[in-house]
Order: sequence, then structure tokens, then C-alpha cells
Amino acid sequence: MILMLIRRLLQMLFVMFGISVLAFAIFFATPGADPSARIAGRNATPETLIQVRHDFGLDRPLPVQYALLMKRLFITGDLTSFVNRGQEVIPEIVASTPVTLSLVLGAALIWIAAGGLIGVLAAATRGSWLDRGLMIAGMIGVSMPVYWLGSVINLFAQSRLHDSALFSWVPPLGYIAFGDDPLGWFKTLVIPWCTLAVLYAGLYGRVLRGALIESLQEDYVRTARAKGLSESRILLRHALRCSLISVVTLFGLDFGALVGGGALLAEVVFSLPGIGKLTFDALQTLDLPVIMATVIYASFFVVASNAVVDIAYGFIDPRVRDA
Amino acid sequence: MLEDSPLLVVQDLCVSFQTRRGLVKAVDHLSFHLKKGEVLGVVGESGSGKSVSMMSVLGLIADANAKIEGSIVFRGEELIGLSGRRLRALRGSDIAMIFQDPMTALTPVYTIGWQIIEQIQAHQPQPRAKARERARALLAEVGMPNPDAQLDRFPHQLSGGMRQRAVIAMALALRPALLIADEPTTALDVTVQAQILDVIDHMRKTLGSAVILITHDMGVVAEMADRVMVMYAGRGVELAGASDLFEDPWHPYTWALLGSIPPLEGARPRRLLSIPGSPPSLIDLPRGCAFAPRCPSRFEACERRPELSPGDVHQAACFLDQAGRMRNKAIASENGVHPA
Amino acid sequence: MAVTDLGADTIAPAMTKTPRDSEGVWSIAWHKLARDRLAVVGALIFAAIVLAAALAPVYATYVAHTDPFHSNINGEIVIDGKPVAVLASSTEGLGLGQTPIGPTWRGAYLLGADDQGRDVAARMFYGGRASLLVSFGATAICIVLGAALGITAGFFGGLIDSITSRVLEILWAFPVYLFAISLSIVTISQGLTIGWVTIEASSLLLPTLIIGIIYTPYIARPVRGQVLALRRTDFVLASIGIGCPTGRILLRDIFPNIAPSLIVMVPLMVALNMLTESALSFLSIGVQAPNASWGTIIQDGQGLLYTRPLVAIAPGIAIVITVLALNVLGDGMRDALDPRSSARAGTAAP
Repeated sequence: MILMLIRRLLQMLFVMFGISVLAFAIFFATPGADPSARIAGRNATPETLIQVRHDFGLDRPLPVQYALLMKRLFITGDLTSFVNRGQEVIPEIVASTPVTLSLVLGAALIWIAAGGLIGVLAAATRGSWLDRGLMIAGMIGVSMPVYWLGSVINLFAQSRLHDSALFSWVPPLGYIAFGDDPLGWFKTLVIPWCTLAVLYAGLYGRVLRGALIESLQEDYVRTARAKGLSESRILLRHALRCSLISVVTLFGLDFGALVGGGALLAEVVFSLPGIGKLTFDALQTLDLPVIMATVIYASFFVVASNAVVDIAYGFIDPRVRDA
Repeated sequence: MLEDSPLLVVQDLCVSFQTRRGLVKAVDHLSFHLKKGEVLGVVGESGSGKSVSMMSVLGLIADANAKIEGSIVFRGEELIGLSGRRLRALRGSDIAMIFQDPMTALTPVYTIGWQIIEQIQAHQPQPRAKARERARALLAEVGMPNPDAQLDRFPHQLSGGMRQRAVIAMALALRPALLIADEPTTALDVTVQAQILDVIDHMRKTLGSAVILITHDMGVVAEMADRVMVMYAGRGVELAGASDLFEDPWHPYTWALLGSIPPLEGARPRRLLSIPGSPPSLIDLPRGCAFAPRCPSRFEACERRPELSPGDVHQAACFLDQAGRMRNKAIASENGVHPA
Repeated sequence: MAVTDLGADTIAPAMTKTPRDSEGVWSIAWHKLARDRLAVVGALIFAAIVLAAALAPVYATYVAHTDPFHSNINGEIVIDGKPVAVLASSTEGLGLGQTPIGPTWRGAYLLGADDQGRDVAARMFYGGRASLLVSFGATAICIVLGAALGITAGFFGGLIDSITSRVLEILWAFPVYLFAISLSIVTISQGLTIGWVTIEASSLLLPTLIIGIIYTPYIARPVRGQVLALRRTDFVLASIGIGCPTGRILLRDIFPNIAPSLIVMVPLMVALNMLTESALSFLSIGVQAPNASWGTIIQDGQGLLYTRPLVAIAPGIAIVITVLALNVLGDGMRDALDPRSSARAGTAAP
């Protein structure tokens, strides 16, 4: 078990290194234009360009540039934006993190619960109208662009039906910190949570349903039936436990897609000042230092959480522990 | 109820599956009975209906397209059409079943001990410590070394033979009156096979359970069975005491089965004998005797379907009488089909 | 005891069965798919959408009589004999600014105008074109590249596999959207120049390339796994053993066995790529002006969300229908090609 842990952590570090190199290559080595012009932003003065060349070592060999960038990102943390003069990027990222985490973790909890319920119900009533209906609903959920769904919901919750009993409690778009007002925090996040959850709950329901149906055809389920156990016990204690594995694997993948993309879009649509919104604003102004920092930090977070998920896998599936 | 009334009486059992290509008759009017404590060996090739018939005893056929007809009476109780709750009460505690592949028979994410305790608690709820002690004793009974440690191991940590022992222990945890073993040794090494058969034999002697032992291996039958039922194309073609079957088999199919075993003594055969042709399609069974198309001894009467001959000592579904048998066996042994 | 064969005259003629004409994998799958009504509906709907997108110029010229690409801020159209300004002074809120015309439910400005006075419905037809072109192109790229990488890594093994796998691992771990954002941000301002090849910033080729590259690992990894397993099968080992040239083995043994799963991936990847393209376009880093895609139109509609919601909602509905049709078709294809035919899940997209 310890060996597996160490191996997984080493792999994580390797991947992080690889991503940092790749990101660096994209930002600094893509053929086309002068990197200093990109970093300094539009309408940069010649002095700024010289400053940029010096700070990022653009006259020096690539590995040195890479090292300088890493230093500024992680060690000295003094990366500044040129579009918004002098704005310190790293502290901005740190300040935005709680918002993104609140969004992502809350949504994940909801979609796991909903997906689990859908999957179990669908598998237990396999072939019935409930099963088909749930699967079709799930499919529709997966086909919706998250930002579009968010816009539609905003249309009703903020504008059209805002005065009705259904949505009068909805605060204006934005974020309230938990420390300031827990209930307000909850109210600003409930709708974004559900929007994100709609997308994934359907998918997880389908994956779980498929995994459960496969598990139910395994030999150990036949043994469990021969033991005289009830169908619900077999489904929940035997089949579900073994199906968790494929769901956990999927979760790792989707978490990455969520943090990288879904959360970003949700933050934009619901005006939540998280890392995604930060990135979006920087995209509009082509503020490269901010984007470099958010991309690398977010990627590292995703890789780390995947490693955590993989290690958790070891707790769920005893067969992997001795691997 | 008389003390020697049979434990299990199967009468005209039919199991068929509706498929797009037609009705598959997996079991076709099977009849037999089993006494308390008796070991019945069920032999036949793949597709003969051995597993399907026994799985329908416990109602384990989960296919929605399956139709089960006939009568299965266990201890005076009709099992076909029994309520789910009553079936579940019987499973594991009165009738237990173990299957062929020990590698996949146990749930991989729970320890052996957990699964045996689950079996016990399902029918006889008791304090966990007591159930655990019972499980430990069972593992010792089936010959597991260091049973206390094994309770906390996961299935993937045990070898095939150990796993099968654990499966047997679990199946017999509640001292069922009937154990159905579906090819319990087929997936194991030859050396381990003998050990497992010993375990089953020991357990049944200790607990007094009857055993239905499904196998395609005549050697296993010779060693363990009191009585033998030979199945072909979903039908029972011969029922006899084990020694009777080996000394004086009545049905031509049995002759061919026995003849196909390479002999240990005498001249070494240049070619291994096999039965020409192949088993009939279960969708398109012959109207008469199912074996007739391949039977060297067939004659006009075989156009009608033969029933099992009456009596309960030695029965065969064949129109050959005693004289006919002796005549045909002689021809068959000349042709090398049956060792004289 | 001498052993003799049973003479032909003593053997009862074995029951002979005419062997069924063996059906090929493809014909079985085709028939199965044709029976899956939902999948067929999905395919038809998707075909209709492709047709509509292809006919975009026809719609704009003959039905709408509008130009979807040029601003029309001062334009006027005639409804029921009365001239109506396309962008009228706002009557809502504080009465500042201008509100575009709402849906007319007629030929011109069927779904209304956007804040530049352009016909939303006509733009949607063209937008569908862009979205479909980018999605198909990206799918083609990622499947071809992914299959090539996967086969190379899986078949040749050794050092080639080690290096390729490590690279794939990193590409796979780089969150897809962040990867796309990084690539887009460095190319949308000035385009891409490699050697003598220059791709304009406004070209559709850029988002196509970017999306194709980021999804390559999605194809490469499963293909590599399959090829690794195939490499160890008896029939491939036999081919190698008799000295079959590598090209032939790849063509005759490997490729036909991975083709089914690649085919199943096509509709699902097109769906995934479409969702990705629309998201990137929404973020203004996907399809660039003067081209429009469904995603850019939704972005255009953000400012008008509470006043003229249809501008943002209609393209989204188009996306949902298209992606749903593709997902349903992809599911049907997967079931048709999978002999065990148990329902499994699809891929996700934010």
C-alpha cells in the first residue's frame, strides 16, 4: 500500500512537471509572434517590452526562461499583470480559490448523490419506463452547454419569474462569502450548483446503471442469490460496492473537466469571482501573465485531486492495494 | 411422513427459453428423485441441461424469457412457483449451491469471513462474535490452514483450491439438507480436485447432507456418487446406482461415454474414440429419441420418444430390452465403442 | 483388442445441419442499428441539421432576404405593410440605448435581430455551418492522430511506447479546457505561422486544429490499450511468426479489430467537440469574427438576455438537439457493434 502511494505521488510530480513544460512551451515558444509582445499585452510601450524581456529572460535560452517562469510562479510569487498595471497575480488567484472550491465541491456532492440515486433506481427497475425516462433525461442533461443552461435559468430566476414565490429568494448574481453570511453564501451558490449538477448527474447515473447491470451478471451475484440474500441487499451491498470503482475513475476525469471548463463557464454566467472568472476576464483583455498563472495552478490542482482519487481507489478496491 | 421418503422429487421438469430463433428446450421432461444423504452424480456433455435443471431447483434462473414447468418437490413442498420470500428462506439454509469457478464466485471487495458471516446472519441472526467463531470453525472443518487469519483475507489473496474450500464452508454454514455442486472441480488443478472432492465428501458425512454433483468427468462420478443420472439433450437417459452403471450400463449413450475414456490397461488405443456427429440443436429436437441420429443401435421403434423404464433401481430411456442390449453391446465392443 | 474405425455403414448418418451463412460483423451491426428506432431518429435529425446548415446561403438569400454578416443598425423592414426599425429606441428600463426587434415569426428576422441589427435566424444557419465544420474537422484530426499514436505505441512497444505513453499521459492530464485556452490565446491575436505555413487568426482552421489536438489523447489511450491486447493474441503472434510484414499485420490483423470502436467514437466525439467549440466561442476564443458559430451567437445574446432572450436561447436549443441526436446515434452504434449489448454510458462535456 505504501509502495503504491509513493509510486502514485511520484507519477503526479512527473505529470505536473510535464504540464508546466507544455504550458511554458505554448506560451513562450509558439511560433508566430514575439512572446514579449504577447505578455506585455496590447498597446505596450517600448519600455514595457524591454522590461518584459528582462523579467522573463527572453534573450536567454529556453530552459532558463522556463526556470525563471517557475520561480516567479511558485517561489517568489511576484508575477504581475501588464494589462492591469502592477496587479499581483498570485494573491488574486489565492483570493479567488475559495469561490471556485465552494462551487466545485458543492456541485460535486449534489451530482454524486443525484447520480447515485438515478443509477441505482434505473438498474433496479431495468427496462421499465422509469429506467428509460431517467436515461433519456440524463442524456438531455449531458447534451446541454452549461453556460447556456445557466443563462436560461438566470432568465427565469433573475428576470421573468423573479417575483414569483419560486425565485424571489434568489439574490442578484454574485457571491457572498461564507464568513460574511452563511445563508447568503448558500443562496448565491444553490442555483449554480444545480446547474452544474444537472450536466453530470445524468452522466453518472448512466455510468452507474451500466456498471450495476454488469455487476449483477457476475458470478458473485449468483452466489449471493444462492445464499438467500434479498435483491436489495445484493444490489446495494454487493453490486454497488463493486461498481463504485468505475464511477470513481470517471469522477477523477470529470473533476478535471469541471475545474478546467465547467466551473469557468458557470462562474462567468453567474458572476462568481472565482478562478474561472479571473481567467475569463484575462481572456477578454489577452492578459497573458494571469492566464499563464491560472492555467498552471488550476492544472496542478486537477492533477493533485486525480492523485487523491486514485489513492482513494485503493481504499475502495482491495485488489489494487498490493499492486 | 415416512423416514425414508425422498428428499427431492423432480417430475417432468421442463425449462425452455424463448429466443428470436425459436424456443430452446434446455430441459425436456426430466424426472428423478433423491434420498436423504444420498450423492447423485449428474453427468452429460455441455448443453445437456445439467446446470439449468439444477439451477431451476433454487429458482436461480433470472432470465425473463425462461419458462419452467413441471414439479420439483423438496421435503413435501412444491418449489416451482414458490414465493420469492419462501425461496430466499430455503436458499442457503435448506438447499445450498456452489458453482464451477471459485475465482469469481466470491465478492472481491469483502473478506471471506465477512461473506460467511453474511450467510449465517441472513438466516440465523446472532451476535457477530458468535457468527465469526462459527465461521472460523467451518474454515477449519474444510481443512483451511490457519483459519483465523484466513477470515480476514480477501478472495484474491487465496489460491483456487482455498477459495473453493471457503465457498464450500460458506455453502454448508447452515447445515443444508441438500448441496448442489455444479462442476466444483472443473476449474481446478487435478491434484486440488481430489482434495476438494474429499472435502465435500467429509462435510456431507459430517452433516448428513444429500449432494447433487454435476460433472462431465466420469472419474469424479465413480469416486463420489451413490447413484448416477446421465443426461443428454435436456433429457435423463439413464438412472442407476454408480456401480451398476459402470458394470452394466444400459443406454447406448452411456456406452459411448464410458468408451471414450482412454483405458488404463490393455492395448493402447491408436485413436481416441469419440461419438460421431454432434448433439442436436435444442431448438430443433428430434421427435423420437434424442440420441437416435447418432446411435449405432437404433431401430424403427426409436422414432418414438422413449420414456425412462419403470422401477427405481436401474432405469434407461431406451427401447432396447435385455436381449437387445446384450446383442448390441457385443457389436459395439467389437467395433471398439464399448470396452467389453 | 484391435481398434477399428466405425465403418461408414454402421454409423447412423449424423444429423447434418446446413451451416448458416455466416454474417459478417458489419452486416450484423448494420441490421441491429437499423432496428434501433431511437438511433435512427437521431441519425435523421442530425442529417436534417447538416442539410439545413449546408443550405444557409439559400435561407439567407431567398427566405430571409437579409445579410447576416453586416451590421444593419439603421435598417428597416416591412411588417404587415408598416415599416419597422430594426433597432428601436429602448422602451424598457430607463429608456436608454436601443432594443433590437423581437421575433417576427416571418421570413425576415424570424427570430429577431441581435444588437448589431443582424438577422439571428440567418446567422444561426451559418453558425451551424461553422460549428459543424469545426466539429467534424476536429473529430477527423483527433481520430486519425489518436489512432496513429495509439497503434504506434501499442504495437511497437518498447522505447517508442514508453515515450509515447509518457507524452500521452501529460496531454491527457492537462485539463482539456485549460489546454484549449492556452493554445487559443497565443494564436487568436496573430494567427499561427509554422515555417512557410500561415494560418490566419480568423480562419476556422485554428479552432479545428486546437480542438482536434486536445482531444487526441481521448482516442489514443483506448486505442493503445486495445492494440496492446491485440498484439498478444494468438492470431497476431501467428502472423508475426510466419514472417508477415508489419504493414500487412497492421492492415489485416490490427486495424479491422479496432475499427468498430473507432467508428463508435465518431458521433460521440463530434458531439463532444461541438460542445467544446461552442464553449470556446462563447468565451470569445473559439470561432472568430467575421465567422459566427452557435457559441458566438449565444455570447452576442448575453447582453440582450433579459430583453430579447431568443438571441441567446435559440442557438443553445440547436446545440442541444444536435448533440442529443449525435449521442443517441452514438449509443445505438455502440450497442449495435457490441455483442453483449449492455447499456453503457457516454462521454462527458462541460
